[in-house]
Amino acid sequence: MKLDSKIPQGAVAQKWTNYKNNQKLVNPANKRKLDVIVVGTGLAGGAAAASLGELGFNVKNFCIQDSPRRAHSIAAQGGVNAAKNYPNDGDSVYRLFYDTIKGGDYRAREANVHRLAEVSNSIIDQCVAQGVPFAREYGGLLDNRSFGGAQVSRTFYAKGQTGQQLLLGAYSALMRQVNAGSVTMYTRTEMIDLVVIDGKARGIIVRDLVSGKIERHFGHAVVIATGGYGNAFFLSTNAMASNGSVAMQVYKKGAAMANPCFAQIHPTCIPVHGEFQSKLTLMSESLRNDGRIWVPKKKEDVEAIRAGKKKPTDLSEDERDYYLERRYPAFGNLVPRDVASRAAKERCDAGFGVGATGLAVYLDFKTAIERLGKDAIEARYGNLFQMYEKIVDDNPYETPMMIYPAIHYTMGGVWVDYELQTTIPGLFAAGEANFSDHGANRLGASALMQGLADGYFVLPYTIQNYLADEIHTPRMSTDLPEFEEAEKGVQARIDRLMSIQGKKSVDTLHKELGHIMWEYVGMARNEAGLKKAIKLIAELKKEFYSNLFIPGDKETMNIELEKAIRLEDFLITGDLMARDALNREESCGGHFREEYQTEEGEALRQDDKFMYAACWEYMGEDKEPKLNKEPLVYEETEVKTRNYK
Amino acid sequence: MEKTINLTLKVWRQKDAKAKGGFETYKVNNISTDSSFLEMLDVLNEQLISEGQEPVAFDHDCREGICGMCSLYINGHPHGPDDDITTCQLHMRKFKDGETVTIEPWRSAAFPVIKDLIVNRHAFDEIMAAGGYVSVSTGGVPDANAIPIPKPIADEAMDAASCIGCGACVAACKNGSAMLFVSAKVSQLALLPQGKAEASRRAKAMVAKMDELGFGACTNTGACEIECPKGISIANIARLNREFLSAKLKD
Repeated sequence: MKLDSKIPQGAVAQKWTNYKNNQKLVNPANKRKLDVIVVGTGLAGGAAAASLGELGFNVKNFCIQDSPRRAHSIAAQGGVNAAKNYPNDGDSVYRLFYDTIKGGDYRAREANVHRLAEVSNSIIDQCVAQGVPFAREYGGLLDNRSFGGAQVSRTFYAKGQTGQQLLLGAYSALMRQVNAGSVTMYTRTEMIDLVVIDGKARGIIVRDLVSGKIERHFGHAVVIATGGYGNAFFLSTNAMASNGSVAMQVYKKGAAMANPCFAQIHPTCIPVHGEFQSKLTLMSESLRNDGRIWVPKKKEDVEAIRAGKKKPTDLSEDERDYYLERRYPAFGNLVPRDVASRAAKERCDAGFGVGATGLAVYLDFKTAIERLGKDAIEARYGNLFQMYEKIVDDNPYETPMMIYPAIHYTMGGVWVDYELQTTIPGLFAAGEANFSDHGANRLGASALMQGLADGYFVLPYTIQNYLADEIHTPRMSTDLPEFEEAEKGVQARIDRLMSIQGKKSVDTLHKELGHIMWEYVGMARNEAGLKKAIKLIAELKKEFYSNLFIPGDKETMNIELEKAIRLEDFLITGDLMARDALNREESCGGHFREEYQTEEGEALRQDDKFMYAACWEYMGEDKEPKLNKEPLVYEETEVKTRNYK
Repeated sequence: MEKTINLTLKVWRQKDAKAKGGFETYKVNNISTDSSFLEMLDVLNEQLISEGQEPVAFDHDCREGICGMCSLYINGHPHGPDDDITTCQLHMRKFKDGETVTIEPWRSAAFPVIKDLIVNRHAFDEIMAAGGYVSVSTGGVPDANAIPIPKPIADEAMDAASCIGCGACVAACKNGSAMLFVSAKVSQLALLPQGKAEASRRAKAMVAKMDELGFGACTNTGACEIECPKGISIANIARLNREFLSAKLKD
């Protein structure tokens, strides 16, 4: 497999300008003749479909929900980063770039990250022009707040609903193009396979989730913006239908899957409380601006609280261990997510966790409420506090929240070059679906930034460099044998699943996968555990193919069938995550191998051996995937051990 | 404190859009009061699957009250008996042991049933396509701080923008009107300087599309505001009416 990152010439700050100056463009008359398929309508997919439509391409946009407005980007709470430096606190494009590279623990590609920082400011301008109601100061100008891993305030926000507002902005832009006729929307439609003709991506096979019918669609290029694969863990902060299936489909067709083991475990989620639980709810990282994280200092207080004899509010200041402030005085409660998650696990493992299960720590707003007043806290986080109260039945204004880490985001994903093109020509990947910008750990408020950067400002340029050579390719018939064969494959796959007729439901099997993943491929990993995970997943796969039960019919709405297809792919993803984690004999960012840590329990990288993106190549069913390496070169940043102390 | 309850469920079952639907009765036992309403339905579905039956189809996705995918008309209320939340945020501690719970889909001419409790809300997308945007393309826009917006105006726009497009307002309205949904978007954009330029055109286009798609007229009963999970105010409807009238007067 050839991995050509296509990083443009010049100093890192000049690369994007140089690229744009020299790339090929498609003239307006030719744009109308070119079909672009965009799968997904989140920030990356929605923004790309709208922008490509505005440019004049003929866009077909697909989503599995009933409306493009419901993609899971909508649930992002805290904010979106940009290097505007409005607060005059020392921010710059370089600093955002540097923080992102460092935050990613030197496992992201410099050129891509610098471009991300460069276009970040345009995102804010664009969203304001669309009517996104960002929070403002009394003078009428935009307000900022802080997020983990940064010493500046560069996060723009709309209450605790920033993702919603940004997505509705992109959705509005998208619906404007639907009205203009440049974008055709296909809702409740799921991509099941990619069609490759003469080595190029030329279309997709989809299942209409209402009728169950299998359909074919041609495109001169295909963009996948289908999000991450965190739901391999069953319990995560992802939406119920979020899935990594498209990534697995294209992986099987020859796209490389990069760094699959880099999954982010978010420190502030509502703890697990029962077997019936279907998902975990995130409490935004922005809460760490004003909330202080602690556990009791003394074991007897821990036990008294667990037994209900004491309340957390009974403990005086000196009976509390604000362990993040203690361990990391420079960043305190605003250390990056991977660091905060591991610190919570360390305290709980040591027996200081609170809550019924002992797997929770406090996030306390007492100091902030005393300093700023309840009204100010309510204005900043009102909806988050309400959400917490509805789920837990506790009032966080009066008693501290209980939180624990949970799977939230996947930094790994489909390998892309500088142009966001995968190893399959004509197939592009954007947003969380690709691997490019966050390295081994993503900073808070950077997912929205990356999704919109890819969709509004990167793909509309880079895809033209590819499409400029396609202007002589006429629209192809979907009766071609390649389409025929792909559809047959999809039908065979569905028939196989429907015919198993075993005893176990999809969710039962999915929960089993989730337990394996959390136990052995979760926050702390080791060689023996990962080997065990690979074995257990292989056994679960056998169970899946012999004991799965899907009721109903395939040619109708069948939600169990939809879930079964996704779980089949999660089984491959889970295996790949474990293999990648086993291969990466170092700790970096969200990937923590117990064998590789400092005396103080911090992550220990092995730069001499693992300064590369691990790109996995599919070799066939039940064959071991092949590892390819893209070396990472740091020209602009000095590679250091991350230090937030 | 966790406790468990037993419930009788009367659930609307309908094979597809063309079939005639009807209620089926199911029993669910040992439901934790800490579980959400949808997790209770997950338990029911696991039970049905283990008996070889088709599970109840219902829309849901984020399960944290923001995507707008979940619906359900529970004991006569869209999103159930609790205030200011969606069905996915409704928890079983709001129900009593032994209670009978009736679960129906949204009922509105403009939202036809697709299967069981799932309805087609495509009409909302069509209304949005008719004018729910600022006509600005990617690129070439002024700096974000070029136009100051007074904080109270920005906050009011944000409140209107909080609409999640779930359709509870339509389901709550005896006329099946979409006025709260339409007015929330019209208000958000009309309040902001960026959206003002085409405020009249937007109001006219969206209202015309709403009428065309079979939504009923607004008779100011206020039921929509009471049932809205996001507390969208009917003051937005008054603002829409003003925009709409001034647009019509100019014609």
